Amino acid sequence: MQPMIQFQNVTKSFGTQVVLNHISFEIPAGKLTVILGPSGEGKSVLLKHIIGLMKPDEGKVIVDGVDLWSLSDKERTEFRKKFGMLFQSAALFDSMTVFENVAFPIREHTSLSEEEIKSKVLEKLKMVGLEKAIDKIPSELSGGMRKRVGLARAIALEPKILLYDEPTTGLDPLMTESINQLIYETQKKLNGQNSVTSVVISHDVESTFRVADLVVLLYRGQIIAEGRPDDFKNGKFTHPFVKEFLRGHFEKNI
Amino acid sequence: MFTSNVPSTNSPKTSRDFGKIILSFIHELGEFLFFTREFFHWLFQRPYRSSLIVQQMEFIGVRSLPIILLTGGFTGMVFGLQTGYAFRLFNAGSFVGSTVGLALTREIAPVFTALMVVARCGSAMAASIGTMKVTEQVDALTTMAVSPIHYLVVPRVVASVLMMPLLTGVFIGVGTFGAYIVATGLLNIDPNAFMQKLTYYVDFDDVFGGMIKAAVFGFFLSIISCERGYKTTKGAEGVGLSTTQAVVISSVSILIVDYFLTSWILEFFSGDM
Ligand SMILES: Nc1ncnc2c1ncn2[C@@H]1O[C@H](COP(=O)(O)OP(=O)(O)OP(=O)(O)O)[C@@H](O)[C@H]1O
Ligand SMILES: [Mg+2]
Repeated sequence: MQPMIQFQNVTKSFGTQVVLNHISFEIPAGKLTVILGPSGEGKSVLLKHIIGLMKPDEGKVIVDGVDLWSLSDKERTEFRKKFGMLFQSAALFDSMTVFENVAFPIREHTSLSEEEIKSKVLEKLKMVGLEKAIDKIPSELSGGMRKRVGLARAIALEPKILLYDEPTTGLDPLMTESINQLIYETQKKLNGQNSVTSVVISHDVESTFRVADLVVLLYRGQIIAEGRPDDFKNGKFTHPFVKEFLRGHFEKNI
Repeated sequence: MFTSNVPSTNSPKTSRDFGKIILSFIHELGEFLFFTREFFHWLFQRPYRSSLIVQQMEFIGVRSLPIILLTGGFTGMVFGLQTGYAFRLFNAGSFVGSTVGLALTREIAPVFTALMVVARCGSAMAASIGTMKVTEQVDALTTMAVSPIHYLVVPRVVASVLMMPLLTGVFIGVGTFGAYIVATGLLNIDPNAFMQKLTYYVDFDDVFGGMIKAAVFGFFLSIISCERGYKTTKGAEGVGLSTTQAVVISSVSILIVDYFLTSWILEFFSGDM
């Protein structure tokens, strides 16, 4: 399978702190890849490299066969139309209503009529269970609601590549379940045409191993394990941290 | 347990510190020039964001009117009073018109208007862009395939360049009117003589020169303020710092740019006088 995203020997430091240390791995096209790892180990930094919010100090990130940093400013901006991203902080535009936030990418990149935009936005907001909050502004929302609006905004244009930074952190178990389902379905929906590639950062080990096609474990700036959920369950990875990180999860499941 | 760090006493400035300051100045200047280049790169890219530009024009232009009317009027009145008293000593009271007119059009109006707009709008630009930066809204724009420079900076700078000359025109108008009221009403200077001297000495070139200055100030104050906002790091405190820097650097720059513009305009326009 042709990889959608390739990390080639990527290194990133902030001052003296090396966050990504010569990382190489591939994210397959049309699959759901979950990145796991302890807090503060560089998962968000990794995700920001995929979409070119951060530039590697060394190495390359190739997306869909293109090195973002070999493009001009204009081309890079254009290229990002392939993506939708949910930020860990949701990063909603706080001067706009929920509706305008979700409508933003649609307005920017399509020439749909106001009616069509409205129905599209409503459809996405229904998916995250927020059709009632349409006229609220972000400061009037709870953290979990903001996350869900961010999610609706990320999928608004039904992009080819979806990046989610901790989509379910801070949600109750029921909502977590339905958001997981949403991500799973969004990913599967167009899978027939082999079009959606999803990358999810998660702390939710249980559901990760239920929905992921590929699991990547980031630890101390390196990928210490990368494989299908079964590979993890079958104990293919011997790094002591893999066992430690997953302890307590498989005994229950198997 | 709770041993607080004793604040280290400020070490005396050594030549090394001085070198550091120079280096960081050059670094910042380089970053600013790079930012300006990016601005021009995005300036003429489609889509033209006319609704954002209009929105900014309203914010910078229309909503600055009260403060411009107020400062313009009182500046003209004070100026009328001062020059009136002085000129009356020589029985040359009518020259208040020309003096105030020239000073306002060439210097006072563009500079004061710019300083007012810096205080009102430059600070707001730095604060709003800075807040968007530290809350990742700028990054969110980027990920949605929208250039933050194109979306946030271009409309502000364009609106500022367009509105500054208009505001300066208003300042000139109310300033002159204020001087007229004080000179004729308070100091009993002949209204006809006032107007005659005003129209004789102040010609279109002076007003035009003032407008050009205003537009140039509008460019510098907005791009400096946007740049400060755009470079914000470190949370809420960083936003405060950026806002302060935007106001201080813009104000100082306006006065420095004014000197060079003035010498250029004087040379340029005195050639065909
Ligand atoms: N812009 C930045 N400047 C300096 N350091 C940064 C920056 N962004 C991230 N870091 C550092 O990089 C490290 C990894 O951060 P990152 O946000 O990727 O963690 P994470 O794995 O996403 O953690 P979490 O699960 O808590 O979100 C952290 O130690 C953080 O301090
Ligand atoms: Mg993170």
